[in-house]
Formats: sequence, structure tokens, C-alpha cells
Amino acid sequence: MESVLGRYRNLIVLVAVLFAQVLGLAVQVKRATDSEPTRLIRVWAVGAVTPFEETLHWLQSSTGNIWHNYLYLRGVRAENRDLKQQIEQMRLEQARMSQDADQAHRLQALLSFKEQFISKTMAAQVIGWSGSEQSRSIYIDKGAREGIKSDMAVITKDGIVGKVLQVFGLNPLERSVSQVLLIDDQTSGVGAILDKTRLQGILRGTPSGDVVLEKVMSDETVPVGELVLTSGGDGIFPKGLPVGKVTRVAPGNDLFLNIRVRPAADLSRLEEVLVVTRIDEMQSQPEQTGPLRAVDILAERLPSVPPKPESSTDSGKNPAAQSTGTPLNMAPSAGAAKANSPNGGASPAVSTAPPGAARPGSSAPKTVTNPVHSAATPKPQPAAQGTPQ
Amino acid sequence: MAITYTSGEQVEVYRFSLPATILIPLIAVFLQAWVPLRFPFFKIFDLPLLVTIGFATARRNPLAGLFTGGLIGILQDALTHQPIGLYGIAKTFVGFGASSLGIKVDVENPGARFLLTTLFYVVHEIAFFIIARGLVGLHMHWSWPHEISSGVANAVLGILVYALLDRVKQRT
Repeated sequence: MESVLGRYRNLIVLVAVLFAQVLGLAVQVKRATDSEPTRLIRVWAVGAVTPFEETLHWLQSSTGNIWHNYLYLRGVRAENRDLKQQIEQMRLEQARMSQDADQAHRLQALLSFKEQFISKTMAAQVIGWSGSEQSRSIYIDKGAREGIKSDMAVITKDGIVGKVLQVFGLNPLERSVSQVLLIDDQTSGVGAILDKTRLQGILRGTPSGDVVLEKVMSDETVPVGELVLTSGGDGIFPKGLPVGKVTRVAPGNDLFLNIRVRPAADLSRLEEVLVVTRIDEMQSQPEQTGPLRAVDILAERLPSVPPKPESSTDSGKNPAAQSTGTPLNMAPSAGAAKANSPNGGASPAVSTAPPGAARPGSSAPKTVTNPVHSAATPKPQPAAQGTPQ
Repeated sequence: MAITYTSGEQVEVYRFSLPATILIPLIAVFLQAWVPLRFPFFKIFDLPLLVTIGFATARRNPLAGLFTGGLIGILQDALTHQPIGLYGIAKTFVGFGASSLGIKVDVENPGARFLLTTLFYVVHEIAFFIIARGLVGLHMHWSWPHEISSGVANAVLGILVYALLDRVKQRT
């Protein structure tokens, strides 16, 4: 017996080790919702590997900062000039869009919509990857000590990235880092909606690393290139964040389309991300403007005599005063537009910022009202009168 | 390029110092988790596997090979969000196989190392595929051209890694 054991000792140990690991695997699969049995091993592994990652990341960013901030400044002036022009253009765009947003808010208020918005985010550096193609997750340098919790949304300026899966740093000996599950992992799922067609589906990763939109019926038409946004239905991502673009649509199995999506955020080259630490939910409130008379509404819709403009000196001195009260539709004067606009004053007429907000580009010395545009703007309806049908 | 058969008495057995035994796998796992962030093409490589094969063939001890492979695999598993044991089991196999083969085959020349690494990369992927699909229920994608080309790429890198390991191994 002893000789048999001695002869097959290696094989016996191999089988025993494999058996132990298979058993451990079975226990973990059985308790899929509870990751506690392996938490200690994960904490050790993360504690052993992340110090290297953080050190190397620090070294890399320090050298990069020295190079980019002090040595390699070629083209910075030109870039600065371009960015300033871009800001001016975006200000004009913002002013135009804020009018649409106002209108949307009023309509939402009438329909008693609740809207979600990101009220607090935390910037984090990506310090590591899972090291496996089958587990598409990354590590960030913020953890429990910084207030990160599981299931928080992780985004970049381009689009969504994933959600916080595990948080480390619960006790002082652990390193305060977090693991983020990327949207291209096969176990992830994001509620998504197509921008124009408003079709809803579930965004999932595939084993090969692609991202697909599932559960869209095959009789629907989905154009290639359509924008995909978060629907807010998953309870993790607020509604309306960019997800990606449709790159391929093909008939899939069963009754659903096979829609491939290219993520808006470059998931293979992530360096900094934002963790959404607080999402506020707010019910839109209709503006309290008092009861309206039919004659007022009629007067709004008819061409009217433009109000007498204030003196240019007053408007130049106190631009903030103009932004309160009833929204005005204003366009920069020719001189102001020329001064602020990159295309030499050829910009279209724009609307002002929402009531109460500081008006973009308010440094313009002269502004004129645009009565036609003003008349076309829907007047806020009181809730009592504006019951939706 | 020739793989020569050697008797048990002819093979040389090496050992690694304790710091090398601990630090080299740690560095391999760290690089595997860090480099692909900067160079995405690096995802094709499996540095922990190369270290497992390198240790196993140098020590030529099946027990040491399987334990080293198992521990490196578990460390790699711990950084993923999948259950721990997927890489552990696959690398236990490879560690045992590589050290067992190392006793019988001369694995000192680059050609033999190239073939051995390609072979064990494919074995590792097959083992991982079976475990992930059969035990954990993951959806796995299998492509022979991809696996063989990845195996060849890993074998090329492996020759460099083994050359580095040769510098730290000590004759017993």
C-alpha cells in the first residue's frame, strides 16, 4: 500500500488539489450573491498588487506632468486660442439650448415627471485591470474610505463606463480601492434607450468584448449610427447619459434584433473616471406666475410691439439684472457678436439663459430683444390650468 | 530546435531563492494587470502562465510545479470578479504538466521552450474553457486560429521571460 502511495504520490496530490479547488469553485457558484467566502483572498491579492500599480501610476503621472506642464509646451498658445473660440461657440449653443430645456422643464412639470440628475461625482484614477479577458473590470484608486459604495455609476466625459462592483478599504489594513465592472463584460447589464426611435433594450457585453443591445423586437427599424443613451431603468445610471452608437443591426435569434453598439467611452484606454456618488431626484415645479387670462395668452401669440430697450449703459453695467424675471429672447448685437464670435459675428440669434441664471456672454455691452422669437416661446402654464390630456 | 530525451540522472534541477519565488509571480500578475491599460495589445499575453511554466520546467518537481501554478492562478483569479479557482485549476494542470515534461525532455534550448509554451498555452486555454463553461456557466468564445496565434505570441515572449528566469535560478 505504501509503495502504491509513494509511486502515485504526485498524481494523488494533483487530484487532491484539483478536487479542493473544484469544491471551492462549487461553493462560490452556489453562493453567487454572497462574495464573503473569498473576500479575504481578494483583499490580500489587491493589497499585494495595488501598491505596485499605485507607485508606477504615480511615477508615470509625475513624469508626464513635468513633461507636459513645464517642458513640452509647443502649440499651447494655438490650442488656447482654439479653446477660447470653442468656449464662445459653446456659450452661444448653451444659451440656445437652455431655452429648450426651460420648455422641457415646464412640460415635465405639467406631467408630474420626476427627473434625475447627477449632483455629486468623485474623480478617480484607473490604476489596474483584472488581467483577464474573461473579466472586464478595472481598479480605481478610490474606495470605501472616500465614500465609494457598490453599484455606483462610473462615467467619463464621453459616456458611461461601468458600475462599482467591489469596494475595498472597509478596515484600516485594507487598501482603499474599488473594482469597476465595465459595460463590455458579459455579466454586466445596462438599461438603454435609442435616442431617436425611443426603443428600449438592455445593453450587455459579449465574451469577445463587444457590446450589444438586446431585447429590441425584430420588427422595429433601428438605423446604424443612432445614439444610445441610458434609460435609467437599471437604477444605477441616471437617464440620458451617452452610452454609444449603433454600428451594426442584424436579425438575431428569436424575436429580437442583434444590435451592436460602439461604446462612447474608450474602454480600453481609461485613465481617469468619475464615480457618481450622488444622484438626486427632483420633481419639476411649474413656475408660479399666477393665473393667466385668455387675453394674455392671445397677446403672447400675436405679433407685438417690442418693449422699449433699456439704455445700453445700464445693460452693460448690470447684465445679471436682465436674467431675472420673464425669459427674454435675446441676440447679441452686431458689435458684441463680432467681438465674441469666432466667425466674425455671423452667429445666429440666440436665446438667453434661463430665468435666474447668469446669462452666458453677459459681458456683451448691447443686447436687443427679439419679439418674434419671444412670441413663439410657450408661456409657463400654472399647474391648476394645465392638466395634461 | 531539437527536443532531446534525457534520463532522470542527466537533468539538472534548479531552485529559486525565496524573494524570487515570491516577487517574480507577484510582478508577473502586477504587469498583467497594469501594462494592458497603457498597451491594450498586451492582453494577448499571459505573463503569469509563462512564469508558471518557467518555474515548473526549471524545478522539475511536479509537486512544486502544481502548487506554484495553483497559487499563481488563485492570485490571478483574485483580481477578477469571477469565482476563484478558474485560473487556479488551469494553472495547476499546467504547472504539473510542465514540470513532469521537464523531467523527461531537455527544455534548456529556445526551440524546445517555444514548442512547450505553445503547447501549454493551448492546454491552459482548453482547461480554462472547460471549467468556465462547465462549472461556472460562463459564455465562452473559442477560436482555434486565435488560440494558436496567441500561443505563438506567448511562446515568443516566453523565450525572453525564461532567459530572465535563467539569471535568477540557482543550481541545487
